Amino acid sequence: MSGRIARAFTRSARERRAALIVFVEAGDPSLEVTQRLLPALAEAGADVVELGVPFSDPIADGPAIQRASERSLAAGTRLTGVLDLVARARAGGLDVPVVLFGYANPVLAMGEAAFASHAAEAGVDGALVTDLPPEEGQAFASTLRATRLDPVFLLAPTSPPRRVKIVGRLSRGFVYVVSRPGVTGVRADVPEGLAELVSRVKAGVGRLPVAVGFGISSPEQVAAVARIADGVVVGSAVVLAMEGAVAAGEDPVAAAAALVRRLAAATGR
Amino acid sequence: MAEKFVVPEADASGRFGEFGGRFVPETLMAPVEELTRAYAKARADASFRRELHELLTTYAGRPTPLTEARRLSAELGARIFLKREDLLHTGAHKINNALGQVLLAKRMGKSRVIAETGAGQHGVATATAAALMGLPCVVYMGSVDIERQALNVYRMRLLGTKVVAVESGSKTLKDAINEAMRDWVANYGDTHYVLGSVLGPHPYPRMVRDFHAVIGRETRLQARKVLGGKLPDLLVACVGGGSNAIGLFHAFLADAGVELVGVEAGGRSAAPGEHAARFGPGRVGVLHGTRTLVLADDDGQILPTHSVSAGLDYPAVGPEHANLAALGRTRYESVTDDEALAAFHALSEKEGIIPALESAHAVAWVLREARKRPGSTIVIGLSGRGDKDVPSVARLEGLEGLAGVAS
Repeated sequence: MSGRIARAFTRSARERRAALIVFVEAGDPSLEVTQRLLPALAEAGADVVELGVPFSDPIADGPAIQRASERSLAAGTRLTGVLDLVARARAGGLDVPVVLFGYANPVLAMGEAAFASHAAEAGVDGALVTDLPPEEGQAFASTLRATRLDPVFLLAPTSPPRRVKIVGRLSRGFVYVVSRPGVTGVRADVPEGLAELVSRVKAGVGRLPVAVGFGISSPEQVAAVARIADGVVVGSAVVLAMEGAVAAGEDPVAAAAALVRRLAAATGR
Repeated sequence: MAEKFVVPEADASGRFGEFGGRFVPETLMAPVEELTRAYAKARADASFRRELHELLTTYAGRPTPLTEARRLSAELGARIFLKREDLLHTGAHKINNALGQVLLAKRMGKSRVIAETGAGQHGVATATAAALMGLPCVVYMGSVDIERQALNVYRMRLLGTKVVAVESGSKTLKDAINEAMRDWVANYGDTHYVLGSVLGPHPYPRMVRDFHAVIGRETRLQARKVLGGKLPDLLVACVGGGSNAIGLFHAFLADAGVELVGVEAGGRSAAPGEHAARFGPGRVGVLHGTRTLVLADDDGQILPTHSVSAGLDYPAVGPEHANLAALGRTRYESVTDDEALAAFHALSEKEGIIPALESAHAVAWVLREARKRPGSTIVIGLSGRGDKDVPSVARLEGLEGLAGVAS
């Protein structure tokens, strides 16, 4: 518990708005771009940055983040490079909380304990490993907690009350609610029953903030989710904005920052 | 022969020793748990078992024969038998599992099935079972595999299945599994994912094994009959995910005296990306929902694989195999593309049986090793027939006149 994540949620609650959590893929299209991107996201209004660690087989991701992951790997991004990047950003004064978001195999390849200590040293605040559900991630979660990192777990519309409780017990920082079945990606709507799902989760996880993601991409959707949840996660839309900018020969950092500014303006309650 | 091996079974969380488990995103936990319950119920239900047995015998063609390969035996100085899964309907062992899972999907009230396929055999088997039981079916297949298994793609379409080309990653089996999992996570309410090997999150490795264990049960009875009550000395099967191998081995696991050898794809060379031999260079990792031996680089990225046989071209192996190897009960060897191709010809010429390139790997290892074991009895799991491979082998060997068959 570095405390940065908790402080970010406390601040947004005080300002009567939801925290904006922005996902970007580290190393897409290069780590140099991500280096410039992190302070720009914070400046544009991201309360928390979820930094994707690329993986060759991202089963939970839709086409936008799959392509970002492929671009990042093609550029030679490695987990150690991502950690170095965070360390450099912290040395440069970056204060926004950073949560690493990825898949189990790269973490296991480094070793869970080594991952936790390197990440903590680099100034990472938390980690969410998509394919480590509570059953498989208990030991990892306590390793993270012991190194003052926040373990973040997912909950889904299908998670029964028993699992909500377990996730509430293992998590620190916040709990990430997947808004709908399926993979990450841009969708037009906010799923029906989301308010009910969020209140059910809130009742089960105690005081932990609850953030909602998957399919949230427009300021209108952010506004709708901000009314019911403590945090809103936007990922694919930012990744696509950067992809579009690169294709048009424009600066992906500026494109991401412009979108984040519009999203941040929609987080009020 | 009296010596017994204590056969480990998956625990409640699907662990075979340190392998297996359920490494899936939270959204998949509910469908995986639903499937676990439904399968446990079906397995305990005599009417399910009866219905499946009926399909296997009256539709798929079980029991399959155990054929003595007399000319090969004479040449190699060992008694070699072939367990003839190639004679099953659709041409490979895959139909055992496809019928079981589609029957289960019906019982679960699912109205749609999906599958991944590498060589196309599991896709064809699932398409067949879906046609038989009246369920719409979508099969995900890497575009590289679509290219080299054109015949099976057309067979699936004939059976009324929609084949979706997967263009991501290495465009082979692993990417097809990624895509099938993405479909399942979005559509599990009405969709069952018919996973085609002893891979994936619990309960798949155990369930798929159970559906194929009939191979070994039949072999045991048949072998005892021809061997005067004895068991064979050695069983050999090819291992991609490992479904036909575990199906053949399982009824013999307790018989510590029966040697069990799985044969992996040695590909073009031992260099990374040039083969699909997981034992040895593989490290313990997580892929597609299970913890097992995986071909990955130092950074945990899954490595590309190569095999002349699409069905063995996969970077991970079933967790039960990984555990049996760790316990020393089974052992895994590899043969190269060239050895497999030579065996493809040898079995065709000497026994009048054209094997699938996958199965040819098991044959190739026996061709290499049998002379070292004079007088021993060896059963090869002949998991499939080679008709599907004829065009690509013809193309590889430069028989231009035949190459047109593929298109």
